Amino acid sequence: MRKIILLLLLLMGAILSTVYFVKPTEKNNEALAVLKNKISKRPTATTDHSKLDQLNRDFATPQEVTAACSGCHTEAHKEVMASNHWNWEREEYVSGRGIKYIGKKNAVNNFCIGVEGNEKSCAKCHIGYGVTEKMNGYTDSTNIDCLVCHDNTDSYIKGSEMSGLPDPGVDLRKIAMNVGKPTRSNCGVCHFFGGGGNNVKHGDLDKVMFDPDKSIDVHMASDGANLLCTDCHVTEDHKMLGKIYSLSSMNRNRSTCEQCHGEIPHEKNVLNEHSAKVACQTCHIPVYAKANSTKTSWDWSTAGRLAGGKAVTEDDEFGNHTYLSTKGSFEWGRNLKPEYAWFNGTAGHYLLGDTITDSSLPLELNPLNGSYRDRKSKIIPVKVHRAVQPYDKVTGLLIQPKLFADKSGEGAFWKDFDWRRASEIGMKDVGLPFSGDVSFTKTIMYWPVNHMVSLKEESLKCEDCHTRKDGRISELKDFYLPGRDFSPLVDNTGIGIIILSFAGIAVHGAFRLAASSKGRKDGKS
Amino acid sequence: MKRTVYIYKAFERFWHWMQALLIFFLAATGFEIHGSFSFFGYENAVSYHSVAAYAFIVLIVFAVFWHFTTGEWKQYIPTMKNIVPQVNYYLIGIFRNAPHPTKKTVLSKLNPLQKLVYFGLKILVVPVMVLSGLLYMFYRYPHKDSIEGIRIETLEPIAILHTAGAYALIAFIIVHMYLVTTGTTVTSNLKAMLTGYEEIDVSEDESEQSEAAGNVYEKI
Repeated sequence: MRKIILLLLLLMGAILSTVYFVKPTEKNNEALAVLKNKISKRPTATTDHSKLDQLNRDFATPQEVTAACSGCHTEAHKEVMASNHWNWEREEYVSGRGIKYIGKKNAVNNFCIGVEGNEKSCAKCHIGYGVTEKMNGYTDSTNIDCLVCHDNTDSYIKGSEMSGLPDPGVDLRKIAMNVGKPTRSNCGVCHFFGGGGNNVKHGDLDKVMFDPDKSIDVHMASDGANLLCTDCHVTEDHKMLGKIYSLSSMNRNRSTCEQCHGEIPHEKNVLNEHSAKVACQTCHIPVYAKANSTKTSWDWSTAGRLAGGKAVTEDDEFGNHTYLSTKGSFEWGRNLKPEYAWFNGTAGHYLLGDTITDSSLPLELNPLNGSYRDRKSKIIPVKVHRAVQPYDKVTGLLIQPKLFADKSGEGAFWKDFDWRRASEIGMKDVGLPFSGDVSFTKTIMYWPVNHMVSLKEESLKCEDCHTRKDGRISELKDFYLPGRDFSPLVDNTGIGIIILSFAGIAVHGAFRLAASSKGRKDGKS
Repeated sequence: MKRTVYIYKAFERFWHWMQALLIFFLAATGFEIHGSFSFFGYENAVSYHSVAAYAFIVLIVFAVFWHFTTGEWKQYIPTMKNIVPQVNYYLIGIFRNAPHPTKKTVLSKLNPLQKLVYFGLKILVVPVMVLSGLLYMFYRYPHKDSIEGIRIETLEPIAILHTAGAYALIAFIIVHMYLVTTGTTVTSNLKAMLTGYEEIDVSEDESEQSEAAGNVYEKI
C-alpha cells in the first residue's frame, strides 16, 4: 500500500512540475523582425531642392515660395486644396442625420469652443495664408502654405494671430532650398499643440514626441524604430490616413495598427482572439500623457474674474494654468489611465445650431457609437475631456462666443470679459439666435488614445481587466467578463451548499464520534 | 465469512485518483479564473485550466472505454431497491453501529445512493462540465471566426452553467471525502481505493461464484 501511495504522490508531483516548468516559451517574433527591417530602409529623395536655382533667391512673400513650388509641382495644389488640412471639413455620413459637412466651421468642442469669429488666431494651424474672418482665402492656390509641412530645417514658424502667415523672422530662401517629406516636427508643431498649448487636447500627442525614447512611444522612439508620423498616417495625393473623432464620423480612412502588424500579431492565440473585441491600443497604451500634463477639464463658468481690473493667471506646480480670467478654471493630469469605451468607428457630433434636449446630463459633443453586441465594436482607450461651457437656456443652443479680437471694445470675451456681448456677437456671426441669457452646461468630449504605445512588458496584464473590483473596464457592463462577473444566485447557492455540506459533516461526524465512544463504553464494539 | 477481495482494478484506481487530482486542479485554476482568489496568476490559471481540461477529456475517453469493455457500467444503473434502508442507515443506523444495509460484492460494489449520485455525475454533471467547458474554450468572441451553427452571442450562460457545475462537483467531493470514512473501519474504503483490496463479508455461495469468475481471494 505504501508503494501505491508513493506512486500516486510521484505521479502528482510529476504532473504539477510539468505544469509549473513547461511554460510557453517566447519565440522570436519573426513578423516583427521583418517589419523592423522593412522600416529601417527609408527611400532617399530623388530631388535635392538645394540644387534648384528657382529656389535659391530672395522671396518677398511666402506666396512667392508657393508659386515657385508650383513651377515644378504643377498639379500639387489641386490635391492640397481637396484635402482636409486645407478645407477643415469633410463630407461625412452621420447616423440619424444623413450627409453632413463636418469640420472646424460647424463643430463645437469643449476647449476654445469653435473657430468662428476667431479665425485669425486659429489660422496659425491652417496650411494656408491669409485666412480671414470669412475664410475667403480658400480659393487662391498661392495661399497654400507648402512650407509648414515640408520644411526640413525645423526653422519655419507661423506668426501669432497673423492669419496663417509665417513669422517675419523666417528665412524663406533657406527653407525653400531645404524642403522634403514631412518629419515629426512638421506635424507636431500643430498637432502636439492642439487646444492652444502642448498636449492640451489629445493627451497622447505631446512635444516630447519630437524626440521620444522607448518609454514614451515604442514606434517613434529615436532609440527605436524612429518612425515618422507619415509611416503610419500613410499619405497619398496629400491625403493622410487617419483622423480623430472629434471631427470625424465615418469608419473609413483609419490608420490602424493592423496595417503593419496584421490581424494575428501575438504568439499566444488567446491574445489574438481578444483582438476581435479589444483594440490593440487598449492593452498597449496603459498610460498616456507620460511626459507632460494634458487638460482633463475646463470650466468656462468661472472665467472673467479679475483682480484690480486685470486678468488673473494661476498655475500648478508644473506650470500648467489652473485659472485664467480669459478662459476659466482647468484641471490637468499626467501619466493618466485612459477611460474605455466601445467603439465601432462611427461617431456623432454636436453641430452649431443643435438644440440640447436634456441639460441634466452632460452633453456628449462627439458620442462614440458602439456596444458589445455590435459586431464592429471594439473596446478602445479614450481621454475624456469634461467641461462646463456657455449655452443659452432659452434657445437650447450651445453658445459660440466671440473670444478673440486685436483690441478691446470689439466685444471679444478675451478682451472685454462680457459674456453677454461676446455671445451676442458670436452667435450673430454664425447666424444663430441668442436670447440674451448666458447659462452654463456640462459637456464631454472623447479623444481616442492612439499614440504613446508602451513597451510590450508594460502592456496591460490579464488581471487589469479580469478582476472583481476596479478593473480597467469596470464601467463597460454590457457583457460577461470572466474574472469580473458572476451570477450572484449561482455563487451564493454554491457557497451555501458547500457550507451546508461542511455543517452536515460536522454534525454527522460528531454524532458518530459520540456513538462510537458510547459503544466502546458499553463494550459493544 | 470475511475475505480480502480484489475489488478495484488497477485502471479503475488510476482513473479514480487522476480524476480526483484533475478535479482539484481544475477547481483551483477555475475559481481563479472566476475571480474568487488569485494564486497562479490569471494568465497561468487560464492556460493550466485548459491543459488540465484536455487531460480530463482524455481520461474520460479511456474511462468510458473501460466501463463498456469490462461491463463495469452496469454497476452504475440506478435502483430504488434498498434505497430507504440505505438512507436510514446514514441517518440512524450508523450511530447505533448497525450493519451496512447493502452488502458490497465484486459484482455490486456500490450502494443504491452511490449508484444514484455517481450516475448523476456521469450522465449529467460531467457532460455538462465538458460541454460548457468546450464551448467556453472554443467560444470565439461573437462573430470572430465563429461557426454559423453555434454562433454564441454571449459567454454569460456558458460561464454561469460551468460555474454552477463546479460548485456541484466541489460539494460532491466534500461529502464524498467524508463518506469515505463510513466504511467497515474509518480507513477501509480509502485503503481499498488505494490498494484495490478490501475485506468484505462473503457468503460461501458468493465466494465460490467469485472464485469461479477468477477473482483473487485471500483467506483471513
